[in-house]
Amino acid sequence: MEATQATPVKYDMKVVRWFTIMAAVYAVVGTLIGVYVASELAWPFLNFDTEYITFGRLRPLHTNAVIFAFGGCVLMGTGFYMVQRTGATKLWSNGLAWFTFWGWNLIIVLAVVTLPLGMTTGKEYAELEWPIDILIAVVWLAFGLNHIMTVAIRKTSHIYVSNWFTMGMIVMITYLHVVNSMAIPVSLTNSFSIYSGVQDAMIQWWWGHNAVGFYLTGGFLGIMYYFVPKQAGRPVFSYRLSVLHFWALTFGYVWLGAHHLQYTALPDWTGSLGAAISLAMIIPSWGGAMNGMMTLSGAWDRLRTDYILRFLVVSLAFYAMSTFEGPVMSIKTVNALSHYTDWTVGHVHSGALGWMAMVAFGAMYHMIKKLYGVEKMYSEGLVNVHFWLATIGTVVYVVAMWVSGIMQGLMWRDYDEYGTLTYTFVESVAAMHPYYAMRAVGGAIFNLGAWIALYNIVMTVRTANAVRGANAVPANA
Amino acid sequence: MSDHDKIYSTKFQDKVERNTLLMFVMTAFAVAIGGIVEIVPLFYLPNTGMASSDGTYNNTQHKDLDGNVIPMDKIVWNPATSEHKTLDDWQPGDGVRPYTALETAGRNVYIREGCFLCHSQMIRPFRDEKDRYGHYSIAEESMYDHTYQWGSKRTGPDLARLAGKYSDEWHLRHLRYPRDLVPESVMPNYFWLQDKGVNVAETVETLKVMTIMPFNPVPKSIYTDEYIAGAAAQLEGKTDMDALIAYLQSLGNHVKFEEGVNYRD
Repeated sequence: MEATQATPVKYDMKVVRWFTIMAAVYAVVGTLIGVYVASELAWPFLNFDTEYITFGRLRPLHTNAVIFAFGGCVLMGTGFYMVQRTGATKLWSNGLAWFTFWGWNLIIVLAVVTLPLGMTTGKEYAELEWPIDILIAVVWLAFGLNHIMTVAIRKTSHIYVSNWFTMGMIVMITYLHVVNSMAIPVSLTNSFSIYSGVQDAMIQWWWGHNAVGFYLTGGFLGIMYYFVPKQAGRPVFSYRLSVLHFWALTFGYVWLGAHHLQYTALPDWTGSLGAAISLAMIIPSWGGAMNGMMTLSGAWDRLRTDYILRFLVVSLAFYAMSTFEGPVMSIKTVNALSHYTDWTVGHVHSGALGWMAMVAFGAMYHMIKKLYGVEKMYSEGLVNVHFWLATIGTVVYVVAMWVSGIMQGLMWRDYDEYGTLTYTFVESVAAMHPYYAMRAVGGAIFNLGAWIALYNIVMTVRTANAVRGANAVPANA
Repeated sequence: MSDHDKIYSTKFQDKVERNTLLMFVMTAFAVAIGGIVEIVPLFYLPNTGMASSDGTYNNTQHKDLDGNVIPMDKIVWNPATSEHKTLDDWQPGDGVRPYTALETAGRNVYIREGCFLCHSQMIRPFRDEKDRYGHYSIAEESMYDHTYQWGSKRTGPDLARLAGKYSDEWHLRHLRYPRDLVPESVMPNYFWLQDKGVNVAETVETLKVMTIMPFNPVPKSIYTDEYIAGAAAQLEGKTDMDALIAYLQSLGNHVKFEEGVNYRD
């Protein structure tokens, strides 16, 4: 920040700006790859007989791009933003924050290069090979140390609830990443898990579900607890409910991974335990969703004019829906039908698109205005267009997967009057085609919204910079 | 906070919220418990496919219909007690074994291409899955699968008992152009696998690494020094396609299951 002499800098926000802008870029890229892999399942010629773009190689790129590139930039950007503003302090280390930014983006570039080349550990959502895993650990710890030390040097008496969630995420993701990535290399680009079979499966889903629980839920709940009250201009509805929400999730979420392995070779007790705690989690999850919703008490009328608030409110609705659906799917009798089907994919996307991406976009719009000191986005109307595209896209996607998932499950288990299986497997594949096409359309609608968000954000930044002119006032937000 | 709330919920919570270190420690403690309770026992309880040093697999006891314990070397192949002493002599039904050199190369292809993203290798104990795929999978069957391949999605069918279901020729034609044999298939064409020679160095290294795994390593009595030394010769001139087919033809015929026996308790 060149102009520091002109105005005393209260916060380190330049790095937050860059995380936010890159988040908007990766939202476009990640969902675009998603649309492409979805289309490959509907129209397999799209694999184009090219090994680098087959479904098997591109699908991990999609998940990594949305979870780690988009999600990661959102979490780190908002994390640094919230921890400064709630603690009334600059970052503990601005240099370390820039190291985090460049390190994280280097990891993303490495993922883009290695995954299409088929360099994968074969563990879902942890596909990156061991040298990148080590880099992830270093950058993640740099982020975590900086965040926690900034909490430690805060000028306020209490740690704000958003920072509890971010700290919970930092600790848990460190545990998960280290334990799940334990592998012995055979080369620079290939390695094998030190665990096998049952143990590897349980550790993988302990990772898999808690990446959802602490990163995509916990971290984004931190965002919710800061940006919903800020955007609504109202205090959090219930402080005590947020205490309950945080500790119940922090203690409870960890147990859920086993519900991904019902009826497998994993001992029954583990899956049952996972399902039991999953059901119990409905209570704190809905408590948290209500806490967010009720924060709008007395401000509901603002939904007519405040498009950012719309994102935040709809995200809470999807959060409530997903945290009800998930426990239902963990029940053994339901899981017997839903497991291995598209229903799971639909569930993940109602969380990822409806909850995570929606709350993220709400926070990003809010931040961009503060970070660049503008009253309005370049186009508030486009925010509304994005809102409707995101909502409709998510609903189309999720409905398609509900129908296809339940249909698959029912076709696989159906018997005719002679006691033989009614359908061959491939008949179920053929029956999925319209829903796979519909899913690709839903994803494309969502992706179009992300393009609009990127355009709107870039134009807002350009306009703000143009207005400031040569003797710019740095963003103190 | 709304008006009806007190400033704090409990005195301890208030203390935690004022103290960064205390918040960190409390959080680190709270998130550790669930994982420890669910994961650690899987390393010492029976029926988890975990080889213990005494050869009892942590006292795993599968019982036949008369209530007699089935010796574990009927489930997991033990060259010392089996009439087939080497990996090349092993016959289906001898019990769970690690992969041959060629199968290992094929498994690496399977992982590289992300096959597990659409194909599971874990049959659940349901009537329809038995009719469609075969006997349910048991823990021991994936004990040598470092980086397990159970999968989580069936865009295509389960492959846990694929061995012998189709001929090598069928697999070749199907892998090359799936829609030639199954018009409704959405699987990518993999004809280009036959143009790639197997990665010999990496495969041999994989065999070596499997013997030094901290959990469920392949016994040196199976991956003997001679076997590993001869692996490169076995892989000579083979393509990724040959290897993948060999791997697919090895899936699920290791254990001879007896009708009616409960292998899950």
